[in-house]
Amino acid sequence: MNQRVTLSVCLFAVALLAWPVRAGQPTPQERGWTIAEEADRRGSGFGDSIANLQMILRNRQGQTSKRQLRIRTLEVGREATKSLCIFDTPRDVKGTILLTHTHNHEDDNQWLYLPALRRVRRIAARNKSGSFMGSEFAYEDIATQELEKHTYKYIRDEVIDSNDCYVVERYPVDKANSGYSRQVVWIDKTEYRTWKADYYDRKGALLKTLTFRGYRRYLERFWRPREMNMVNHQTGKSTQLVWSEYAFATGQNEQDFERHKLTIIR
Amino acid sequence: MRTRILIVLLIGVTVAAGAGAGEISGHVSVEGRLFFHDALHAGQDDQNGSIAAEPEYFHEWENGSSFTFIPFGRIDSADSERTHFDVRELNYLYRQDNWYFRVGVGQVFWGATEFVHLVDIINQTDFVEHIDGEEKLGQPMIQFSISPSWGNIDIFILPYFRDRTFPGEDGRLRTSQVVDIDDPVYESSSEENNVDLALRYSNTIGGADFGVYLFKGTNREPYLVPPSRINPADTDTTRLIPFYEQITQFGADVQYAVGNWLLKWEAYSRDGFLDPYFATVGGFEYTFYNIGGSNNDVGLLSEYSWNDREDGGLTIFQNDLFVGARWTPNDTAGTHVLAGFAQDLEQHENALSIEASRRFGEHWRLILDAWFFLNTESGGVLNDLRDDDFARLQLAYYF
Repeated sequence: MNQRVTLSVCLFAVALLAWPVRAGQPTPQERGWTIAEEADRRGSGFGDSIANLQMILRNRQGQTSKRQLRIRTLEVGREATKSLCIFDTPRDVKGTILLTHTHNHEDDNQWLYLPALRRVRRIAARNKSGSFMGSEFAYEDIATQELEKHTYKYIRDEVIDSNDCYVVERYPVDKANSGYSRQVVWIDKTEYRTWKADYYDRKGALLKTLTFRGYRRYLERFWRPREMNMVNHQTGKSTQLVWSEYAFATGQNEQDFERHKLTIIR
Repeated sequence: MRTRILIVLLIGVTVAAGAGAGEISGHVSVEGRLFFHDALHAGQDDQNGSIAAEPEYFHEWENGSSFTFIPFGRIDSADSERTHFDVRELNYLYRQDNWYFRVGVGQVFWGATEFVHLVDIINQTDFVEHIDGEEKLGQPMIQFSISPSWGNIDIFILPYFRDRTFPGEDGRLRTSQVVDIDDPVYESSSEENNVDLALRYSNTIGGADFGVYLFKGTNREPYLVPPSRINPADTDTTRLIPFYEQITQFGADVQYAVGNWLLKWEAYSRDGFLDPYFATVGGFEYTFYNIGGSNNDVGLLSEYSWNDREDGGLTIFQNDLFVGARWTPNDTAGTHVLAGFAQDLEQHENALSIEASRRFGEHWRLILDAWFFLNTESGGVLNDLRDDDFARLQLAYYF
């Protein structure tokens, strides 16, 4: 009895002691999550969007190769996103479409439409770390970043390019299939825009760095970059993404993002 | 038939001109084929060259409806039947949120497996183009498609039948007796004007895409019979007559993605001129991604096909095993290599194919493929192709 009372009192005391500590100084994990959640909250709610994307692939010798794509995106509640990547160039893959349904808690569904064969092929659900069309972006970098697909940890504050940023590490939940052991992201404190991300490979070595430029605000709320530049430190190759003609609230609906529609989308 | 294609071509050009500013794209290509053995039949060449073009005109109106026109033509140095023209697509599409309507000449693919396309039935195979049967002739159709919350329903009315193309007397990769494509026989009294119908339901549930359909009409796959079977007085043994039966066919196809696996299955039950029979093909593709930390993906494929046709022993895919490997380095040139091996478990024949392609610059693509027919002595379906091992090199310019 005595022992139990003592134990209860102790636990209560520990709880009392711990409580103010938790409230006043959240753990780095909690801070990381809070920052990521706020960034996610600010980025959500745009409904649907359309944008043109030019991919410029550079090899170590500086030779370039270009791809022109159109990206259509639809938010389906807070839990899921559907997107279409439609290729216009190179011309031999013109009309090729990548359809992605991302979910917060399950594997993504992906399909590739091959216009020459009028055929829709499933892409195996685990193809996360594969290169997206020969670029330095992996499928997991291109797919919408659902909050629950990572765990987070706040590291420090740092000013980069005159932006006062939180530096947050994130770790993939699906460790077995991600190409990364961790990512370090720089998120500014005023608008929660990502300015830089370092990607570390599965062995823990720095693999790639992604930087963002030319942010502009749309619908008075949503920040979108004009340029994203991914540099692979291990191969010397890089991929630049140049976004243009962003449009929001374009009236797209779920029907436009169904597998069955791939054969008639242009 | 050629005049009909010409008329349709003319309609396409006229409408395209009338529709005004649209998008023009497509490709032109040169191709050489080299056969490794001396020809089996007099008149056949050991190599041939050809040129082909497939331009595409596309126009979309403000309301989302669109017009598509894709003519195709090939000129071949050796085979007059391979020199051919077709209208791959010429159609008008009207769409609303959850339904669409398409009228004209179109192309539709159904199926899941890689080596055999069993359930694909709307379009006729342009067999003279390539022995893999992937090229299809344009099919006149009226399609109505509706997508309620519980899936997709597609209704097809197919008012005109297209005969399969076959190599001519001077062409390689043909049966020993030449297929007489100018003299086909139809079970239907309306012949090629028989109106075929198809109804399909398809849906996606989780990792699975599936479809089931009913087709009623002219079988795309002809029986090749000696002329005497059609007309006892015709004792010509140098040619075969295509006989197109009427069939009722139930088909189903599924592809399912789980982890690194893609599982694929197709089947149909066909009731036609012969006793009803069942055919199926199923298999998998397992992909190793980012091998050794590189961008290389390697997929391993295997499929098995089977049917219980009464004359099954004479058909391909009756009891066959396929294995293959796909290599995708995910490079900027879009390189792709696929090797496949087919083993007939009854006749013990084999076919081996290797296909590789890559892009050069922004507009060119080079495709190399080679086919070998092995252990053909048993007298199975590949016996006629015993001397037709070949390699094909194609250079295409895309615009």
